Amino acid sequence: MSGSWRITSLRGGRGTASCTDDQRPFRVATALTEPLLVGRALTVDLGPAHDRTSVITGLDFSLAAGRTLGVVGESGCGKSMTALAIMGLAPSPHRIGGVLRFAGQDLLTMPQDRRRQLRGADMAMIFQEPMTALNPVVPVGVQIGEMLIVHDNASETAASRAAVALLERVGIADPARRASAYPHELSGGMRQRVMIAMAIACKPRLLIADEPTTALDVSVQAQILDLLLELQRDTGMAMVFISHNLGVVSAVADDIMVMYAGRAVETGPAQRVLTAPAHPYTAGLIATLPDIGRRQKILPVIEGSPVNPRNRPPGCAFAPRCPLVIAECRTGLPAMVIVSPGQEAACIRCTA
Amino acid sequence: MGRFLLGRITGAGIVLLLKSFVIFALIGLMPGDPLDLMMNANPETTPEQMAHLRAMYGVDLPITQRYWTWLVAALQGDFGYSRIQHRPVLDIIIPALGNTLILTGAAFVLSTTLAVTLGTIAALKRGTWIDRIINLFAFAGISVPSFWLGLLMIYLFAVRLGWLPAGGMPRPEQGYGGMLAHLAMPVMTLVIVETGGLARYARAAMIEVLSQDYIRTARAKGLTDRRMLVRHALRNALIPVLTLVALQLGGLFSGAALTEAMFAWRGMGRLILEAILGNDYNLALVCLMFVTATILIANICADIAYTWLDPRISLGKRRR
Ligand SMILES: Nc1ncnc2c1ncn2[C@@H]1O[C@H](COP(=O)(O)OP(=O)(O)O)[C@@H](O)[C@H]1O
Ligand code: SF4
Ligand SMILES: [Mg+2]
Repeated sequence: MSGSWRITSLRGGRGTASCTDDQRPFRVATALTEPLLVGRALTVDLGPAHDRTSVITGLDFSLAAGRTLGVVGESGCGKSMTALAIMGLAPSPHRIGGVLRFAGQDLLTMPQDRRRQLRGADMAMIFQEPMTALNPVVPVGVQIGEMLIVHDNASETAASRAAVALLERVGIADPARRASAYPHELSGGMRQRVMIAMAIACKPRLLIADEPTTALDVSVQAQILDLLLELQRDTGMAMVFISHNLGVVSAVADDIMVMYAGRAVETGPAQRVLTAPAHPYTAGLIATLPDIGRRQKILPVIEGSPVNPRNRPPGCAFAPRCPLVIAECRTGLPAMVIVSPGQEAACIRCTA
Repeated sequence: MGRFLLGRITGAGIVLLLKSFVIFALIGLMPGDPLDLMMNANPETTPEQMAHLRAMYGVDLPITQRYWTWLVAALQGDFGYSRIQHRPVLDIIIPALGNTLILTGAAFVLSTTLAVTLGTIAALKRGTWIDRIINLFAFAGISVPSFWLGLLMIYLFAVRLGWLPAGGMPRPEQGYGGMLAHLAMPVMTLVIVETGGLARYARAAMIEVLSQDYIRTARAKGLTDRRMLVRHALRNALIPVLTLVALQLGGLFSGAALTEAMFAWRGMGRLILEAILGNDYNLALVCLMFVTATILIANICADIAYTWLDPRISLGKRRR
C-alpha cells in the first residue's frame, strides 16, 4: 500500500517531556518510580470458557510519558487486540491474564466504572478507518464536544466552543463551519483529524493509534503523522503507535515491539531494531521495505503466510517461514534473550 | 426542503388522480349499475323508460366521460351523495376518518414505542433468558389471528370481568374516560398483532448497530452505556425501523378494518365494507380515495422523518 516510507527520521534519544499538569480531581496519581504503561506476561484469550482461543501470549512492554512505542507485525498478529486489551475493550467473552498497569494503577482489577472514566479522559484511542469510526448521524463537533460533557462536566455551549477550538488545533480550516458537518461531508484526512481532535479533547496521558494512516492517501499519511508528533511534543502524552508497516512505525517510534502470532519476537530502541535486527522476522520486515538495503527489482515479501494464533506450531512460530530454521527451532519455544542493551529477541540462533 | 415538499405533494396528487380513475373504472366493472338497483324495486319499468333514465343520468356515457364529470365536481369539493344514507358523502366520511385516525394513530404510536423498546432490550441482552422471553412474545403476537384475540378480549374484559365495553363508540357525554374505555380493546388488539414483527426487526437493527465501529469508538470515549445507547445507537437503529414502518403504513389501515368491524368502531374500514356490500358506489369510491390520500400523506411524513434521522439522505438539495 504505502510503499514510499523510508526510515529517515529516527527519533531515538529524545528526552522525556514533562506531562502537562491537570486539575481534574479524578486524575490518577502517578507513581514516580513506574512507567506510565506496563504490561507483564499479558495474555488475551477470546471466546467462551469451553472454546477459548489465545490471541495474545506473554506480552511484556512498558512505556514512559512522552515516549512512543511502535508495535509492528503482519495483519492478524494481535496488534489491535493488544490495544483493545489496554483500553479495556477486548471483545466479550474474554479472559485477560498477566499484569496491566497504567499510571500506577492495576487496570485488570479496577472496577468497571473507574475503567470507563479512564477511557477517553486518560487513555484515548484512534482507529484505522475514520469513516466507520465516526457516528454517521451526529455532527462531528457534537462527537468531539461530548468528551468534555462526559469527562469534564462541561455545558453544551462550552463543549461546542471547545470542539471548534480542537478542530482548529488539529489543523482543520474554517473549524466553526466544519463542526456542524457530518462525517460523510469530510475527506478521509479531515475525518482522521476529527478522530484525533476527539482523542486529545481531554488531554489524555496515553494515546493509542491503531493503524491511523493505513486507510489514507499517501500524501495525507505524512500530514497525520506530523500532526500526531506535534501534539505529542506539545502535550507530553505517551503514544502506542500500531502499524503493519515498519516504515511508518520507524518515523514515529522511540521503541519498537515486533509481534508475530500473538507474541513479541523482538523489542528494543527503534534505532537498534531497525539497523541491527536480531530476529529473522524483523530482518525480513526490514528487507521488504523499499529503498532499504540492496536494490531489488521485485519488492521482496517474506515467504509464506503468517500463522493463526489459533494453531500455533510447537516451538518457534516463525519456523515454517524462517530462512535460518534448524531442527531445534521446532522443539522448544525460544525465550526472549538480551542481544544488546535494551534490545531483546526470541530466537534460539541469535546470541549477544 | 420547500422544493422537496412541493415535489412530493405534486407526486402524491398525481398518484391520487391515477388511483381515482382506476377505482372509478373498477367500480364500473361491478355487476349492475345504479339504475338497475334503483329499478329492481319497481318491476313495472319498461325498457324504454330505462333507456330514457340512463340517458338522463348519463349512465350510458363512456367511462372516460363519466369520470371527467365526476372529477370536475370532486375538484370543486362536490363529492356527491351516498345512495343509501342520502347524505353528502363528506358528511359521512369526515367523522369516520377521524375515528380511524384515533384508533390507528394510538395503536401506531404504542406499538412502535413498545417494539423499539423491546427490540433494544432484546439486542442488549442477546442470548439471555430476557431475549428469549421477548422473542417468545413477539412470535405469539405475530402468529395470533386478530379476530381470535379480539373475541378472547371481549369475552374476558367485557363479558367475564365487565371492565370494558364490548364495542361501539363512546357517547360525547362520557368524555375522555369513555373514549379510553372504548379504545382500549381495539387498540390492544392492533398493538399485540403489530408489535411482534417490528420488535424482531428492531432487535436485528440494534444488534447490527451495536457491532459497528462507531459504537466501539463511543466505548473508547468512555461514554456511559446509557449515553452510548441513546445518543449513538438508537438513532442509527431507528433508520431501518422507520423504513419498515413506512412500508407498513398501508397495512395499518387494512389491518384496522377487521378490528373496527369486530369492535363496532365507526371508522373507515367499516364504512368501506358497508358501502361495497350496499352497492353505494360513490361512497365506496370517495372512501377509498381518502384512505389513499391519508397513506400518501403519512408516507411524506415518513420521508421527512427519514431525512431528519439520516443526514446522508438529502432532500433533493444538500442540507447545509
Ligand atoms: N472477536 C474475535 N474473536 C476471536 N478472535 C478474534 C476476534 N477478533 C480478532 N480475533 C483474532 O485475534 C487475532 C489478532 O487479531 P488483531 O489483533 O485484530 O490483529 P492485527 O490488529 O494485528 O491485524 C487474529 O488472529 C484474529 O483472527
Ligand atoms: S528460533 Fe529458529 S525458526 Fe525461529 S526465528 Fe530463530 S532461527 Fe528462525
Ligand atoms: Mg488491526
